[in-house]
Parts: sequence; structure tokens; C-alpha cells
Amino acid sequence: MMTGDAVNRVLAAYQAIADEARARREQFEKSPLPKIHIGMATCGIASGALETQAAFEAALADRGIEALIHTVGCVGHCYAEPVVIIDHPDSGFPPIFYPEVTPGKAKMLVKLFLEEGDPRFEHVMGATVENEMIPSVMEFARFNREKRVIMERCGRIDPDQIHEYIAEGGYGALTTALCRKPETVIDEIEAAGLRGRGGAGFPTARKWRAARAASGSDKMIVCNADEGDPGAYMDRTLLESNPHQVIEGMIIAALAVGAARGLFYVRAEYPLAVRILTTAVEQARELGFLGTDILGSGLDFDIDLFQGSGAFVCGEETALIRSVEGYRGMPRHRPPYPVEQGIDGRPTVINNVKTLATIPPIVEKGADWFRAIGTAGSPGTAVFSVVGNVTHPGLVEIPMGVTLRDLIFDICGGIPDKKRFKAVQIGGPSGGCLSADFLDTPVDFDALTRAGAMMGSGGMVVMDEDVCMVDVSRYFLDFTQKESCGKCTFCRIGTRHLLDILRRLTRGEGREGDLEQLETLSRAVKQGSLCGLGKTAPNPVLTSLAYFRDEYEAHFKEGRCPSCACRALTAFFIDLDKCARGCDACVGCCPVEAVFTTSNRKKGIDQQLCVKCGECVVACPPDYDAVEKVSPAALVPIIERPPEKNKAES
Amino acid sequence: MEHSLTAEDQAHLEILQTQIKSSPKGRGQLIPLLQMAQKALGYLPDDALSLVADHLSVTRSEVYGVASFYNQFRFNPPGKNPVKVCMGTACHVRGGEIILENFERKLEIREGETTEDREFSIERVACVGCCALAPVALMGEILHGHMAPSKVEGLVLQVRLEKEKAQREAAK
Ligand SMILES: Cc1cc2nc3c(=O)[nH]c(=O)nc-3n(C[C@H](O)[C@H](O)[C@H](O)COP(=O)(O)O)c2cc1C
Ligand code: SF4
Ligand code: SF4
Ligand code: FES
Ligand code: FES
Repeated sequence: MMTGDAVNRVLAAYQAIADEARARREQFEKSPLPKIHIGMATCGIASGALETQAAFEAALADRGIEALIHTVGCVGHCYAEPVVIIDHPDSGFPPIFYPEVTPGKAKMLVKLFLEEGDPRFEHVMGATVENEMIPSVMEFARFNREKRVIMERCGRIDPDQIHEYIAEGGYGALTTALCRKPETVIDEIEAAGLRGRGGAGFPTARKWRAARAASGSDKMIVCNADEGDPGAYMDRTLLESNPHQVIEGMIIAALAVGAARGLFYVRAEYPLAVRILTTAVEQARELGFLGTDILGSGLDFDIDLFQGSGAFVCGEETALIRSVEGYRGMPRHRPPYPVEQGIDGRPTVINNVKTLATIPPIVEKGADWFRAIGTAGSPGTAVFSVVGNVTHPGLVEIPMGVTLRDLIFDICGGIPDKKRFKAVQIGGPSGGCLSADFLDTPVDFDALTRAGAMMGSGGMVVMDEDVCMVDVSRYFLDFTQKESCGKCTFCRIGTRHLLDILRRLTRGEGREGDLEQLETLSRAVKQGSLCGLGKTAPNPVLTSLAYFRDEYEAHFKEGRCPSCACRALTAFFIDLDKCARGCDACVGCCPVEAVFTTSNRKKGIDQQLCVKCGECVVACPPDYDAVEKVSPAALVPIIERPPEKNKAES
Repeated sequence: MEHSLTAEDQAHLEILQTQIKSSPKGRGQLIPLLQMAQKALGYLPDDALSLVADHLSVTRSEVYGVASFYNQFRFNPPGKNPVKVCMGTACHVRGGEIILENFERKLEIREGETTEDREFSIERVACVGCCALAPVALMGEILHGHMAPSKVEGLVLQVRLEKEKAQREAAK
């Protein structure tokens, strides 16, 4: 607890910084010039946002129009990338959200909207605010069903400009926390009922309290941004879009537990996140939020970056610690827990990115506000990356307790191409596949665990009828088997055996007793493994066996893949009744030249050559839709190559 | 596979040596130093492992033991155009494996290998964070979303054509 003097000093220091930041922001906002906000997180860049930006710049220069280009992070609507919001006050229109802005569209918008004042309604998704002229995007479920706590500022501010975060109240919670007793801060987090967003849902306050009580002066806070789930990218996007909220959360954590050093453990595969985070830490240091005597409070705290080298198991906290220490990242027994003995023996608090990002809003708005969001057992929001066979993939932040059905069908637009929903995989390699029967399960820590999945860190993969559950299990086991650190025999050898059986099944070579063995072995691996990787690796197998047993049986008994996805069990052929004579669309697309012309100028597929890539299915014009799949492969009608073609072959 | 160091590698190795010398010592530096070495050379040849080992006064086999544990480190040189195919869940569900196979077939190497002319290499990576664009592949630093076998062919062809063009211009 600081003296009254110190409190006044801190408040004054913050006030000065905030005033300047707000003035800068206001200058930008009040400018009469048009503003072009472009989403520049990884998926924006991958969709061509840099080219879009260049096109805007060139077109503006060409036409001699002045406008402000403002690069922002991810708005979460990754399906619509490159996303651009144009605010053109002179036109009389509100700010407008444009999806899929290609360089061509950018040029067109500069000419027609910025110059001539026509917003081109056919390209508009909606206005970003309520108004009389253009329907607002808030009319879509994808927008209005969200509740943003963690991602509130993502896609609105430039992550490279600390003043934009501060102008929105950023680092205000830190100032509040500095003026309180550390215990009071922990009490607030406890009252809020915050549970860790890294997977297990461990109460954050309990972890902090233990670390506060631990002896040892050189305590550490680690932000776990290893994000090992191969199919999830919430943490990375948050760091790319609003790093300061995470940094602020970490500083608050540090003063609550009495730590002097912090560490971001970020995957090296995330170069943009590393770059943005490095800049953010420097800017926070320059303004006195980090370093010695933070805002004149007398407290010291600073942050380093460690780049994780891509081992899934290093997301586990004891393995993470080993890797920071310079060893192979192998988990160890707990206790001692990291809060007692962590990096180099120091008491260490390890929290997920989203957990830390939730701290500033709680400190700012209070425990009651937080409790009012979500469910009693899981207060607050959850951020999911909803991907796979879903119409509007991207990042979604919802209050805990929303059902899977609402999330997948209402908010994310359901399954594209009129396909049927089959399963949703939650929690990555540690989680489970849930069938349609579970769609009314609310999303919260306890309900998902009861259903056999788990919250995990926020990965959600939606699968349609064309996805084979046996193959998905094989995929996950392939991953966990490779990533097992090898310390426990059950995890090392057990996952190998599981994988062997699953591989056999996907090739139609299943043996008597395989399914039973999958079950017994799964249980054994769960029991005989030390860390969460081994303990949860069999979950995808166990859940899919429980909910999709018929698929396993079809593979095993009939050598048939009901989804025609396992390639060893599937064949492609062209339905001669549907094939349009003389359309060559499938011929050119085949990477192995397996498509040939039959004697009556229709097309056939050489089963010897076909690698079952499915390209011809896509290439065949929808009017004909002549390429079919069949499983087992032996059912395929054989169409011989005409003799002259055979000759050319040999 | 044994790879001899190119003149370029040698030059990089020398720069690396000075960089390492001015770095702090201590076991915790091991992984950051390995990352520094890989950044300089693109991979970790034996000489680089030795430099790190000497600096930290640990054995080379200890350094190798740690390096080989992590997916990030590679022990053979990458191609000038390293291809990385995403094998994350979203990409798997949307046919990432087929994309990988197409690269393998087109370049006549397997995942983890480099073409003889050191032009291409293929690697699998887990989720690069644009699952909404699945399936995804990287060629060099550039991300390509919504991949399809025909796009694989196009990308490889493009690199080869550009190289030929450069060679023709150089010959002029
Ligand atoms: C195999 C394995 C991988 C994990 N990967 C991550 C990860 O990528 N990110 C993360 O925050 N936590 C991960 N965890 C959980 C961490 O061990 C730890 O519980 C978490 O970082 C604590 O943060 P929280 O209390 O804020 O949730 C993983 C655990 C296991 C067993
Ligand atoms: S369960 Fe697997 S990953 Fe975890 S410590 Fe044991 S062998 Fe290593
Ligand atoms: S599935 Fe692929 S390999 Fe087989 S015929 Fe069609 S395009 Fe060719
Ligand atoms: S990264 Fe751009 S909207 Fe998601
Ligand atoms: S799974 Fe491929 S980008 Fe995420």
C-alpha cells in the first residue's frame, strides 16, 4: 500500500499520459479527412491486406485525395478478410464495414465513394454504428450475439500505437491497482470468480494467492502464449491486435503477487506476434508502465520475451519451465507447483494470454460486473476460434453459457454447401468430438467436461458429413504421438499403438478386437501418464468411439468409410450418364493425368493412377456434377482406357 | 544426409561467432542461442552446435539433445523457397494432406527434405493461424490460403520460371 503522496504521484503521472493520448486520438478522430481502417493481423495479411493497403495508397495518390490510413488488428471476422472500414464524414454516411476488399475494390471505392460519395451498397456489409441510412452490422447474429471483454478493442486500435490503447482507458486499471493493496486486487479477482483460460479453468486468484504466500523474493510471472493446439489462434491474434491489454494484465498480476520479472513465452512460429509484442513492451517502458519505479509508485517490474521452439508439450507449465531453463521440455511431477518452485527455483505464476487480458477489465469495472456475464460456475466470456466446415469462421467471443448450437448455427452461420453437421471438436488434441446430440450443451468449463470434451484454450473445429471420425482420431493421435516427450512409457508406446490401430482401420485392415483394444489402451494411457498431454491424448478416440461407433464398425467390418474420406477405402469415378460430352474441365485439373477420354468422348478415371485428391469433383461444373465417390473402393465401376491411350502410356 | 557448408554458410558462421561471443552465458541462453544460429544460417550445422556448446561450456551432444527435442530446429539446409504446409486441424479437415502430397509429387522430395538444387524444401507445420483460409501453405514468407492441387503446380512453376528468367538475364 502506498502513502497518500505516492498515490497522488501515480494518479498525476497517469493523468498526464492519458491526457496526451486522448488529445492525439481526438485529433485523429475529429479530422475531417476520410479514414480507412484496414485489418492487418496474420489472416488479413494472408488474404492480401498489404496489397489492399498499397492499392488504397496508390489510388489516393493518383486522384489526389487526402485520407488517413489506419492499420488495425483482427476484428474476428476472418471469413471476410481483407476487412476494411471506411469512415467518410463528408459523404454523410456513417462508418461502413466492407468485407473482402481486394485491390480492385479498393481502387473502385476510392473513386466512387471517397471521390463521388457513392458507398456502393452492393459491397457493403453494414454500418458500424446504428443510423438511419444503412442497416448496421449489429443486425447480424455474428455481431450482436458476441460479448466482448477480452477482444473489445481488437480490430479498432492500432496495436503499434500505445496511445490508442491509453486513449480508450488503457492502463487505467493498472493505475487503480497500484493505489490498492495487493491483497485487495487478489480479492477482487477472487470475487469475480475468474478461471484460467489456458484450458483447465483453475481459479486465478488461488494461484496468485499461493504465489504471494510463497517465500522467495525473485518471483516471476509468465504469460503462456505457446498456443500448441494445432487449429486454434486466439492467443496469437490477441497479441497481434491488442498486446497492451495483456501486458497491463501481467503488470497487475506482478504487483498482486510481488513479482519483479515477467516473461512472455511466445511460439517462434508467430513472428508477427513477437514483433508487435516487442514494440509494445518498449512503448510501455518508455511511458513508465514498465521498468523501475512504475509511474512513481516505487514498484519495479520488467518483461522479457522468450520464443518457444514448437513443442506442444511445452504448453504444459512444468515443461515450459524446463525449456526456459535451457533443457528438453519434459514435464515433471507436481508438487512442487510452479507457484512454489518455478523457473530456476523461483516462485512462478503461469497464466494464459486470455486470462491476463481479462484482468484489466475486472479491475476497472469490478467483480460484480464480471459475474453478471456468463454462468455461475464459469463467469465471463470465452474466446473461440471457430473453424472448419462453417460459413463464418473466425474469432468469436461469447458469454459463457451460450449453447453450441447458437454458436455454430446462429453466430457462425452453420454448415456451408447445404451439408449436414456431423461433429464439433473442442479443446484440440486434448479435447473431444461431440455429436449433434450435444448441440444444446452450454459452453462453459463444467458442462463441456461433463460431455467428454473440454474447454481447452478455445479451439473449435466444426465438421460436416464429409469428415470421417476415425480419420480425425487418427489425425489427433498422429499429432500427440509425435509430440509425446517420451518420459512415460504409456504415453510414448501407448499412443503409438493407438495410432497403429487407427491407421489400420482407416486402411480397412482392422483386426478382430481392435475396437476393444482402442478402449482399454486409451484408459491405460490416461492412467499411466504423468502430464496432461498423455492424460488427455486418448480423448478424441474415446469420444468418437462413444458417439460415432457405427463409423468405426463400418471401417472395421466392411472396409467402408461412410464419409468417403479415408482414401484407401474410397474411389472416384465419373458417372457416364451425367458427364457432358466434350467438357474437359476435369482433365486439366488432375495432377496425375488420371482422367482420360472414353471412346464415346465422355471421361473416365484410371483407377491405377488416381491419387484421390478430389480436384475433379471441384472442377466438374455444378450443372453436370458427374464425379462420384464410392466406398469401399471395390464397388467402383471400372471403365477401361481406350486402347490407343494405353499405348501412349507404355 | 551430410551437407557441406557453402561459402555463404561459412560467412554466416563467422558473423554468428561474433554474435555468440558477445551474448551472456548461462544455461538459460541455450535455446535463444540456437534460435540465433538458425536465424543466421537457416539450419544448425555441426559447427554451429559446437559454437553454442563451447560458449555455454556444455557438450555438443547435450546441445544436440536439446535442439533435436524441438520442432523448430532443423539440421539440414532449407531450400531457397521453403514450402511449409499447414497440417493443423482445420487444414486437415479441408484436405491439407492432399496439398502436402502434391508438393511432394511435384518437387520429387518428401516432407523434411530439400531438393538437390537447394531450390525447394518441404516441411509440415501446425496451424499458422489463418484457419479461416484453410488449407494453407507458406512459400517462403508468403502465405497462400484456399490451396488446391492446381495452385501447387502454379506456385512451383512460377518460382521455376522466375529462376529461368533470372538466369537468362544473367547470361546476357
Ligand atoms: C500438453 C499441454 C499443453 C498445454 N498448452 C497450453 C497452451 O498452449 N497455452 C496455455 O495457456 N496453456 C496450456 N496448457 C495449460 C498450462 O499447463 C497451464 O495450465 C496454463 O497455462 C495456466 O494458465 P491459466 O491458469 O491462465 O489457464 C497446456 C497443458 C498441457 C498439459
Ligand atoms: S504424459 Fe507424455 S508428454 Fe506428458 S510427461 Fe509423460 S511422456 Fe511426456
Ligand atoms: S480425384 Fe484427383 S487424382 Fe483422381 S481423377 Fe480426380 S483429379 Fe485426378
Ligand atoms: S485475422 Fe483478420 S479478421 Fe481475423
Ligand atoms: S489449421 Fe491450418 S492455419 Fe490453422
